[in-house]
Amino acid sequence: MSKKTTSALPKQKGSFGTYMKRYWQLYALLALPLIYLFVFKYVPMVYVLIAFKKYNITKGVFDMEWAKENGMQYFIQAFKDKDFIRALRNTISLNFLDLLFGFPAPIIFALILNEIPFKHYKKFVQTVAYMPHFLSWVIIYGIAVQLFTPSTGLLNMVLNNMGIDSIHFLDNPNLWVVTYVGLGVWQSFGWGSIIYLAAIAGINSELYEAASIDGAGRFKKMWHITLPGIKPTIVVLLIMNLGNIIGSGFERPYAMRNNLVTKVSDVISIYVYQKGIKGGQFSLTTAVGLFQSVVGLIFLLAANFISRRLGERGIW
Amino acid sequence: MKVKSVSTKLSDWLFVFVCILTIILCLTPMINLLARSLSSTEYLIKHEVYLLPKGWSVSSYKTVLSDVKYIRAFFWTVFLTVVCTVVSLVMTTLCAYPLIFSKLKGRNIINIYITITMFFNAGTIPNYLLMKELNFLDSPLVLIIPSCLSVYNMIIMRSFFYGIPESLQEAAEIDGADYFTTLLKIYVPLSKPVMASLALFYAVGRWNGYYDALMYMKKEVYYPLQLLLYNILNNVNTVEVATQEGFSKPGLAESLKAAIVMFSTVPILCIYPWLQKYFISGVTMGAVKE
Repeated sequence: MSKKTTSALPKQKGSFGTYMKRYWQLYALLALPLIYLFVFKYVPMVYVLIAFKKYNITKGVFDMEWAKENGMQYFIQAFKDKDFIRALRNTISLNFLDLLFGFPAPIIFALILNEIPFKHYKKFVQTVAYMPHFLSWVIIYGIAVQLFTPSTGLLNMVLNNMGIDSIHFLDNPNLWVVTYVGLGVWQSFGWGSIIYLAAIAGINSELYEAASIDGAGRFKKMWHITLPGIKPTIVVLLIMNLGNIIGSGFERPYAMRNNLVTKVSDVISIYVYQKGIKGGQFSLTTAVGLFQSVVGLIFLLAANFISRRLGERGIW
Repeated sequence: MKVKSVSTKLSDWLFVFVCILTIILCLTPMINLLARSLSSTEYLIKHEVYLLPKGWSVSSYKTVLSDVKYIRAFFWTVFLTVVCTVVSLVMTTLCAYPLIFSKLKGRNIINIYITITMFFNAGTIPNYLLMKELNFLDSPLVLIIPSCLSVYNMIIMRSFFYGIPESLQEAAEIDGADYFTTLLKIYVPLSKPVMASLALFYAVGRWNGYYDALMYMKKEVYYPLQLLLYNILNNVNTVEVATQEGFSKPGLAESLKAAIVMFSTVPILCIYPWLQKYFISGVTMGAVKE
């Protein structure tokens, strides 16, 4: 981290005053961002206390009455709530499927792209593959409707022409999950490959030459040189993804859900929105949010710990 | 390796073929959308529009363009995106620049203070209550200020600053430049690539985001485009958009929805290919931290 050293300049020995006289500008520049972080990131951490208290709109956070069961009332209530259990299950299963299909996709794409010998063609493929990343989830859902609606969607029109009945991709719960995961892969495989392509570019080319001399074919080189070469990157990204296994973005599931699939689509963030922002159950939903943050942090730390134990680089 | 073996050539073509499939997978939905938005209703009702428009008609674009609410939301979002991007870039620079100096006392503590916010999020409700306390609810500021600094982007900028030769900074110092001057005259002009890449990240985030508006904004006047679009596509009755009159007519609804989606996507799709080399370096820098 400390790349900028002071070696070129003589060390200043002086009081706090002379130090500040010289460096006050740096602190002045930092002031605004640090205040921002304090207000928008640290102050909400105080509000987390509401999870352990009875929310009362007329009182400040510290004056509110403690909740029953030593303050754990709302955590207990959450775990007795069928809707929450369902949201938790949906969150974990959708994230797990994302990990299973969405995680390897950019790696495979990067490996394939790396083998393309035509430079301009490769660049064109990349540009096209990055495109879905720039679409919002609302728009992606709008596109999905145009593709998958029974009888009017493009895919179903093609199927109907072939004499096959329409498939209900968006309103059959099981197929909705497939669509959700599929569109997730579609949106992120190209963008995700950027990191892996950079990692591949960093692999020492002598390794490939040596392997060629030893008679290794293309696929052998991919398996024995490229893949091990990008393993550190894969591990770091895997750790980050595991830390997010219980996290739930809001925009993607909320944009893609509809009334027919709520039993598979409603994840924790949607539960919090409906019970908290709309339903006003602030204590309950703060407790749920806290549970989510803490479990996420534990997963991240555990994944990092295991990875370092296995001799890989962690994220710090 | 001048002469390629037959199997290498064969696998070359295999990979090229896989990439063609990828291109088809990415582009077909967009082409279909474009075709629908430009087709006339009679063909859409008969389900005859695939990848080429049939019965050429721009009437749905005309309807969208004459929809005051939609157009207002469009320009409001353009304005918001520009303001957010500028404010965010300034905040990110202010945060990243001082942190590259090891002479900065308390730098480690500040770094820890910043990093903690990346790993622990208080959650939806605490954030909501904060906005309420700050009187930010229903104010346009809520769409700008709360998201004006991403620590992740700050780290990208900081690692870019680390890459700028220290000797430049020392030379400026010997010439009597203070830290403000060094930032403005040396670091900012040399940081165009990272600025372009982060500007794109912030702009795309603002253009595509609707979470904060849904949570904190009840005034329709300030709805960003994506939230309006969400309401239109899901037929939420609270929005009365002129365009929605057309939704009762079969066929026209489809072409209108397609036109609206196209219209909301085109600005970003026109920009990103030109910034490709910048965002690639941005993403890569984010991954290689130290």
